[in-house]
Amino acid sequence: MLISFTDVSKRYSAKSIALSDINFTVESGEFLFLVGNSGAGKTTLLRLLIRDLLPTSGKIHIDSQDVTRLPRSKIPELRQKIGMIFQDFKILADRTVYENVAIALEILGKGKPEIDRKVKEVVKLVNLEDKLFLFPTQLSAGELQRAAIARAIIGGPKVLLADEPTGNLDPTTAWEILKIIKEINQLGTTVIMATHNADVVNSMQKRVIALEKGKLVKDEKKGKYR
Amino acid sequence: MSIRRNTWKHIRRSPYQAFAAISVMTLTFLVGGLFVLLSIGSSVVLNYFEQKPQITVFFTDEKSEEDITALEDTLKNNEKVAAVKYISKDEALEIYKQQFQKDPLLLEMVSADILPASLEVSAEKIEYLRELADSLKSESGIEEVVYQQEVVDLLLAWTNTIRTLGILLVVFLGFVTLFTIITVISMKIALKRKEIEILQLVGASPWYIRGPFILEGALYGMIGALIGWAGNVGLLIYSSQFLQTLFVGIPLFPVPNLFYAAFLGALLSVGMLLGVFASSLALLRYLR
Repeated sequence: MLISFTDVSKRYSAKSIALSDINFTVESGEFLFLVGNSGAGKTTLLRLLIRDLLPTSGKIHIDSQDVTRLPRSKIPELRQKIGMIFQDFKILADRTVYENVAIALEILGKGKPEIDRKVKEVVKLVNLEDKLFLFPTQLSAGELQRAAIARAIIGGPKVLLADEPTGNLDPTTAWEILKIIKEINQLGTTVIMATHNADVVNSMQKRVIALEKGKLVKDEKKGKYR
Repeated sequence: MSIRRNTWKHIRRSPYQAFAAISVMTLTFLVGGLFVLLSIGSSVVLNYFEQKPQITVFFTDEKSEEDITALEDTLKNNEKVAAVKYISKDEALEIYKQQFQKDPLLLEMVSADILPASLEVSAEKIEYLRELADSLKSESGIEEVVYQQEVVDLLLAWTNTIRTLGILLVVFLGFVTLFTIITVISMKIALKRKEIEILQLVGASPWYIRGPFILEGALYGMIGALIGWAGNVGLLIYSSQFLQTLFVGIPLFPVPNLFYAAFLGALLSVGMLLGVFASSLALLRYLR
């Protein structure tokens, strides 16, 4: 078991309950969809995993480490183990694709030759070899998301978290991105993907966890969106 | 490596803020350094006067050598007097020649005749000076009694004024600098909010994120200190000719190289600390 949520609740205020009593576990190498309407608690759940938020109660374990009890100084280490991609890509506008991808290794203090080798490796996986030295303004949305994926996986994370990664993309591009994420999963990385793209969820036949108003209402192997 | 590179990028991409930060640092160190030099210089002068025989009695030409010798003997018997030294007209000329050996024009114009003979009287204790000086003034054939304590008191008053004024000015400028650096660094943190957020999400350590800002502050401080030091040293060297004639006989010049080095080291350290302190405050305020 790689990830476990045990009685996790998160309240932003007395009236605003983001998550309540969430329990589930994720095995290593699994592909998991998190579905639900906006405000159902999907993003909150992902943010809890990277300790961007602390739960109001409950325990979250990653790799048998209690994330909720992690000292602040250990948060960077946790995040280096987890790759994350976002709906708005979070790509730095003043850096090339190469530099954006390399950041994830630079922060680890890796040497230039290693960074160079790994960046070239990983951009091949996301099909961006010919755009390596372009700036974000010269890229399409799909290419930006692919650069973000490259940055997320270059450090070899155990888990890839994807928060609506296809939300800003047209259907064709969305499928391309999904195909890449699927490949990454097949290479052994656990994937948790929050989405409300029903077509994607239905066609993939993977595990689906549905959230509704902060409650876990469905957890099915080979699930459907509804 | 990349922290240094990021720091350089921060500075290069906002040259106006960098210019403002360095200018205000430079101003602080020019003024601060100047007051440090003034206060060290005046201490040396003060020290010199405090260690010299404290009373010099200059005689008119009418006073005969026997009279002077008689007075010298009386003084030597006075238990309040530590030492008495007679300086004849010829000896006075020798001293004069030594002090102005680089200035032949001044040497030509002076002969032993126009220099007065004198007695240099040191007292056992500083408290006896006034009493001794007053009794000497009542003697006949005395042209002038230079009462060193008066010089020392005057110098002390000047030194204290310079120090007080200097400290007030430097503290004020220090605060202006502190707030300028805080403002500049805060602006940069605000401009880089998105980059910082992304770096935090991919797991960059706090030092990787904060390092460039801290280093930037330190660099502003050190550049300002370096320019301030160069300005002060330049001024000191430029005015040393004039100062040497003003403070003849006082061991102020030549200034040892070690002093210049120590002065530079001190300014650089203060500049670095000031810069690091300012950026740390900015980070504390604007970056969780």
